[in-house]
Amino acid sequence: MTGPHAFSQKHLLGMEHLTAGEITTVLDLGEHFLEIALRPIKKVPTLRGKTVINLFLEPSTRTRTSFEIAAKRLSADGVNFSASASSTTKGETLIDTATNLDAMSPDIVVIRHAQAGSPYLLTKHIKAAVVNAGDGQHEHPTQALLDASTIRAHKGKIEGLTVVICGDIDHSRVARSNIFALRKLGAKVRVAGPRSLLPLGIESLGVEAFDRIEPALDGADVVMMLRIQLERKAGGRFPNTREYARLFGLSPRRLALAKPDAIVMHPGPINRGVEISPEVADGPRSVILDQVARGVAIRMAVLYLLGGGSEALE
Amino acid sequence: MADVLFRGGRVIDPARNLDASADVLVQNGRIARVESGLAAPAGARIIEAKGLWVVPGLVDMHTHLREPGQEYKEDIETGTAAAAAGGFCAVCAMPNTVPPNDTRAVTELIVRRAAEVGKVRVYPIGCITQGQKGENLAEMGELQEAGCVAVSDDGKCVRNSEVMRRALEYARGLGLIVIQHSEDTDLSANGPAHEGAISTRIGLRSQPAAAESVIVARDLELVALTGARYHVAHVSCAESVRLIRDAKRRGLPVTCEVTPHHLTLTDEACATYDTNTRVNPPLRSAADVAAVREALADGTIDAVVTDHAPHSPVEKDVEFEQAASGMIGLETALALCLELVRANIITPAALVARMSAAPARILGLPGGSLAPGAAADVTLIDPQVGWTCDPARFRSRSRNSPFGGRAMHGQARLTLVAGNIAYEKEKPVG
Repeated sequence: MTGPHAFSQKHLLGMEHLTAGEITTVLDLGEHFLEIALRPIKKVPTLRGKTVINLFLEPSTRTRTSFEIAAKRLSADGVNFSASASSTTKGETLIDTATNLDAMSPDIVVIRHAQAGSPYLLTKHIKAAVVNAGDGQHEHPTQALLDASTIRAHKGKIEGLTVVICGDIDHSRVARSNIFALRKLGAKVRVAGPRSLLPLGIESLGVEAFDRIEPALDGADVVMMLRIQLERKAGGRFPNTREYARLFGLSPRRLALAKPDAIVMHPGPINRGVEISPEVADGPRSVILDQVARGVAIRMAVLYLLGGGSEALE
Repeated sequence: MADVLFRGGRVIDPARNLDASADVLVQNGRIARVESGLAAPAGARIIEAKGLWVVPGLVDMHTHLREPGQEYKEDIETGTAAAAAGGFCAVCAMPNTVPPNDTRAVTELIVRRAAEVGKVRVYPIGCITQGQKGENLAEMGELQEAGCVAVSDDGKCVRNSEVMRRALEYARGLGLIVIQHSEDTDLSANGPAHEGAISTRIGLRSQPAAAESVIVARDLELVALTGARYHVAHVSCAESVRLIRDAKRRGLPVTCEVTPHHLTLTDEACATYDTNTRVNPPLRSAADVAAVREALADGTIDAVVTDHAPHSPVEKDVEFEQAASGMIGLETALALCLELVRANIITPAALVARMSAAPARILGLPGGSLAPGAAADVTLIDPQVGWTCDPARFRSRSRNSPFGGRAMHGQARLTLVAGNIAYEKEKPVG
């Protein structure tokens, strides 16, 4: 990467290994790309001639769509390779799938996979730049970047803020990536949820852990609710969704414990009436749809930086 | 076979409380004399052992040789060649072969193949239950008659408490020791990493140390009930160590073992998602490693074993959570344990005891001592020589070691089995 952008990574595997400066670079670039969505012609030629493969080996609609739109708006050629149509169900290994795709000379491979570390495995076997679009319960870096972008836009800064992440922390790649990113950017991070969903040693990541949501919300600037996997009750870690909503759901009454100007976030898709009440999700302090909008811009920034976009930004 | 005189080495024979400079004379496949200033008989080969250790042949009571059934990973020929190169004169073959060693015919096959192609002694271990399913007892009596020296469902835990109770009772009647792979599989849920701060950071599914220790705790109560001899395989965590230490104080007939990798690597090694670090039980926290080191030194842990578990790239060049558990260890065990000697965690004599005398005693095997008259199983160790671990050069058919590139010190120079040279390190050319 040449020019003013301080970003020296070949891949985007996680927030753990980015510097605060690199994160800020992505956020600043994201602000620039955000404006493109407002144009009548939502396309710039920056990555013309580049190929981006979305290798989605775990079901995902919104993240894949967001990456796809991001690639298209940069004029890159985007190709989707998803689990249902994939050869991985025929017994081909991930490495074989990846090297076959790599033989078609893509510039960037965006991978979503159910198991932690899979993007790392990819980097050892292919030449293309790798973007982690979620690996198991490990990391989901572009989600953390778009969350940071949203917080910064609404609060004017990130340093010094108190951010509460509520829900299934243990299974959440969103939580891990946000913890790494927000701590690097100087925020105070609290995690809250049923004790059975708080992973052992979470404090070692520099966060304060709460097993009730109320004390965690006290004085918070940002409240980030996580999705509960309804179908699996998060592996039997709590009795049922009714009790979960009663004890850990974000209701207007609970939200009142946070600062009066606190914002409410959710990575989606939301379970209305479970982890978040409809009044809060649709209320004036919810920035959930802004997160989605910024997701496209942030992913454009990531593809731009890794794709070696050399065209001058207009 | 020629007679051999080891001259001027440091003779370490913990079974006889000996650690002194002496000569060792091997005649007709047996230890003839251990004294200073021995003259070489006519025709004997003289091996200058100054600066080297002459010890009773190392015994690995926990090896996976993969034959029958998975010869693409290892077989008795390659596995015993790796053992000899690692300084081992005897290995115990765990029964999770394909089919498992739960019947006399499989035991007999292993014994026969070992006689045909084995470089070192091979002692089969039979299954506790048929098919390692944890339901019906295997034919332990016939397995024993055919040559099995212990029973274990290694790789699988006997979960049902009633089955475990009856297995202990039945084995006791036969004079067989029961070796348990301690893992509460509900708690572990096949978690590929140790549950703690590292797994939380790197996002790998994980299992708590308690998945191991709850089974150890239960089994110790069953040992108290049955009076059977019980051995805990690959102890890896502080809680198991504490339970076993207490049980020994109570006088229960319990012994246990630890692997070199649980003594030298922590769960931090998994942070790069190197599938060669995936092993069961998983690599544990630094506190657990400190606890097993302490237990090795104070004798709570009786034996060091390799848990040599060969896997091919088919099982290992995949996502971490899909990778097979296990790593090879026959050709690295000695050097890794010598790291503990250099760090003053364990004395040379204690190390030799854990790698030779103790496993022989636990299983009632010949060997484990250089007493005159004993079969001449001898390992000549250079405790200092530096080398770089390169799995590509191993004699094992598999390469799944996480220690590639590690700077090692110390290795076997020569391995003598019943007076025959099973392995001799070639001299550097020029």
